[in-house]
Amino acid sequence: MNTAPAPGAHWPLLPRAVAENLSFYYGAFQALKSINLPVADRRVTALIGPSGCGKSTFLRCFNRMHDLQVGSRYEGSITLYPENINLVARNVDPIEVRMRIGMVFQKANPFPTSIADNVTYGLRLRGMKSRVRLAEALEKALVGAALWDEVKDRLEQSAMALSGGQMQRLCIARALATSPELVLFDEPTSALDPIATAKIEELIATLRDQVTVLIVTHNMQQAARLSDYTAFMYLGELVEYDTAAKIFTNPARKATEDYITGRYG
Amino acid sequence: MEKAELGQHILSRYNEDLERLRSDVLQMGGLVASQLHHALQALAEHNSSLAGDVVSNEARVNQMEVDIDDECSRILATRAPAASDLRLVVAIIKTITDLERVGDEAHKIGNIGLRQAGMDRGAGDGYRIVRHLGREALALLNQSLDVFARLDAKAALEALKHDRILDEEFEAVQRQCITFMIEDPRTIRPSIDLLWVARALERVGDHAKNICEYVIYMVGGRDVRHISVQDIELSLQLTGTSDDSAVAVHRQDSAS
Repeated sequence: MNTAPAPGAHWPLLPRAVAENLSFYYGAFQALKSINLPVADRRVTALIGPSGCGKSTFLRCFNRMHDLQVGSRYEGSITLYPENINLVARNVDPIEVRMRIGMVFQKANPFPTSIADNVTYGLRLRGMKSRVRLAEALEKALVGAALWDEVKDRLEQSAMALSGGQMQRLCIARALATSPELVLFDEPTSALDPIATAKIEELIATLRDQVTVLIVTHNMQQAARLSDYTAFMYLGELVEYDTAAKIFTNPARKATEDYITGRYG
Repeated sequence: MEKAELGQHILSRYNEDLERLRSDVLQMGGLVASQLHHALQALAEHNSSLAGDVVSNEARVNQMEVDIDDECSRILATRAPAASDLRLVVAIIKTITDLERVGDEAHKIGNIGLRQAGMDRGAGDGYRIVRHLGREALALLNQSLDVFARLDAKAALEALKHDRILDEEFEAVQRQCITFMIEDPRTIRPSIDLLWVARALERVGDHAKNICEYVIYMVGGRDVRHISVQDIELSLQLTGTSDDSAVAVHRQDSAS
């Protein structure tokens, strides 16, 4: 199978990041096989594929979450533009990478502290001390995550008292607070009800103009609704990458077709 | 890429839904084709009871369109089809509209047949003028239904080329009718009827052509409406026909 995007694929004019010949190994197991994929600037790129196809592994490469795994190994590169930094190079500090790339997980994971502390944690870690500036950043992030109106009167209460959907939006606010260039979402709505899911989707749609989003989802309709570009992965390989409209109406490859129509090839 | 076949869904009931939808469309197509055939036969034989059957059967065609439309809405709502399945449903929604209009044209011819059956044959027996056009229109309709049944884009393209013959034939019928009317004013009324029949048959050709275009869309995902046959041919050649890119619309059981 050819892992390069299918001929005729619409590459974005402005990629924020590009993976080139990216392979990843968990010890002897090769989880990613020479992936070539652009992540369009200030657009939503969705990764779809069956469980175990490597989409989460790929996503995690962006903020170096595999580094602590014994025996893990990257090959190839993920170039972050405009500075041309190779995110997976040894000499690049993962802490530095994570300051610029936020991540939201499947299960909301707020810190067991107040709502306000959750959001401002990253900024305080970076040395921001001014109460005024922290309060401004707090409001901006919570407004950005469409949570401000619901929590503005109880910012000092524990984050653990929020509902699942609110917790997830709090995590998004936390990720947004440090003004990341790229936000990674790993199945952000798979544990939420349809209403909370809709709110998160709405939120991601409004983020589109400001930040670059890379999202892994098992929900095909969600990928179709949300993403501008969609990549289909299978068994560690990139099968097809194109605009979401093309992938969901007329994919070029049979494997993609089979997957999105619910026929297993 | 020219042909597609329907394969198994993980959800077998989804499979059955899509298969039933396809067979319903073919059944509707069969009814519409027989309506047209009978309308022409009634006209040729001055058979008022056959013409009456055609007129009364029109309601069945309309009901089928409504039922299939409902089923398409239900599938869209409950299954959220994607890719080839989505194209199948969208193409079917459009196909049945065209089939229903073919039904309308058959109904018109049936009504004219009813009126002519009550008239003196004499100068009014002009059926032979439209006989060839009728045969061509019916053949093209059957061809489009066949193309739909087999999901054969290549055959659809061939069928598209035939529409031109109908257009030319329609021109010829018009010229003949004008000649009749100039020669003998008493033929004006039956000639106008014949013109209506010819016009209906020409429209049938257009609808059959539309159905062929939907099949090309369904199989390859290319919208080929409003472009010339030559351009369609070119675009089909240009956009790869490799097996890898073949659309996996799969036939559950082609025998069914």
